[in-house]
Amino acid sequence: MKFDSSRPIYRQIIDSYKKQLIRGELKTGDKILSQREYAEQARINPNTVQRAYREMEALQMVETQRGQGTFIIAAEPMLTEIKLEMARDVLEYFVGEMKSLGYTCAQMISMLEEEEKEQGGGF
Amino acid sequence: MIEFKEVSKRFGSTLALDKLDANFPTGKIIGLFGPNGAGKSTSIKMIAGLNRPDQGQVLIDGELPRMSKARIAYLPEIDHLYPWMTIGQAAGFTRSFYVDWDNNKYHELLKYLNLSAEMKIGKISKGQRAKTKLLFTVARRAPYLLMDEPLSGIDILTREEIINTLVRDYREGEQTIIISTHEIAEVESLVDEVFFIDQGKIMLSGSAEEFRVERGQSLVEIMKEAFRHVHQ
Repeated sequence: MKFDSSRPIYRQIIDSYKKQLIRGELKTGDKILSQREYAEQARINPNTVQRAYREMEALQMVETQRGQGTFIIAAEPMLTEIKLEMARDVLEYFVGEMKSLGYTCAQMISMLEEEEKEQGGGF
Repeated sequence: MIEFKEVSKRFGSTLALDKLDANFPTGKIIGLFGPNGAGKSTSIKMIAGLNRPDQGQVLIDGELPRMSKARIAYLPEIDHLYPWMTIGQAAGFTRSFYVDWDNNKYHELLKYLNLSAEMKIGKISKGQRAKTKLLFTVARRAPYLLMDEPLSGIDILTREEIINTLVRDYREGEQTIIISTHEIAEVESLVDEVFFIDQGKIMLSGSAEEFRVERGQSLVEIMKEAFRHVHQ
C-alpha cells in the first residue's frame, strides 16, 4: 500500500480497511493482518499501526482476541454508515475543488449528468 | 527520556550547538532532521557520550551520557569497523563489550540481510558495510538506538532493507530510536516524533501524525517551509 505523506497515516490505514469492508472484500469474522505484519508489509512505524488498530477497536470495526488475532466485527447497519461517511468526504472534496474553480451547484449537476451519458448511462 | 538543557558546543570558531533545548520521549522512533552542518551528528555523539557540552547538560533517564553507555547502541556515520576483520570477527569483538548482545538475533539478522560471517569488511560493498553497521547496532537489545545518517549514500534497495529491519525488530513502546538524516522522504512513515534542527537549534518539533492532521503537509514540505525563513 502506498501512503500519501501529507495525510495522517493512521487514518489512511483505517480508510483502507473501511473501503475493503464496503467493497465486500472483508466480511464479519475475517481475520486481518496482525499489527506487526501490517507494519512490516507496509514499512511503517509500528506505533502508527497500533494507533490505527486501537481506533478501529474503539469504532467497533474490529476486535482483538488475545492470542488469536484481530477480526472484523463490523456488520450492518455500520457498513451503510461507513459508506455514507466516506461518500460525504469524497463529495465535500469534490464540491470544494469545483467551487474553487468557479462552478455553481447547478453547473456541477449538469456536468455530472453529461458525464453519466458519456460513460454510457450510469457509472 | 533524553533531555538537552541549553546545550552549547563550539568547535574552533564554529558554534555547532547553540543553547539547544530538546526532550526526546521514550518509546518512539524519532527523526532528527536538518541540512548538513545543522548539528545533527554533534547532538547524536553527545548522547552517545563521545563529546561533551561546553555549556548545558545532556541527561539520559536523568543520568549523564557516560553513565548510560550500556543502554545506548550507536551507529556512527563513518565506517568504524576494522577493514581487516571479517563480519564474524567484528561481531565477536563487539559482543565482548556489551552484555546486551543477542547472539540469536545476530545470526538471524545476518541471514535476513544477506550477509555472512566470512565476509571481510574491507572487501564488501558500501551497501553491505551499511547493513553490517546496522546489524551490529540492532543485535544489541539496547533501549536506545542512535543512528547517524544510516541511509546516506546507500542505494534504494539497501535502504529498503535497512528500513524493513528497523520496523521488523522495533520493540514498540519500550525502545527509542533516534535517526538523524537529511533524507526525510525515506523515513516519512517510519518516524513518530520529529525535530527539525538548524544552526545548532531546534527550529520546530512535534508528532509527525499531528503535523499531517494540522497542516496537511508531508514532513519534507514542512522542512522546506521551516528552513526557507532561515536561509533567506
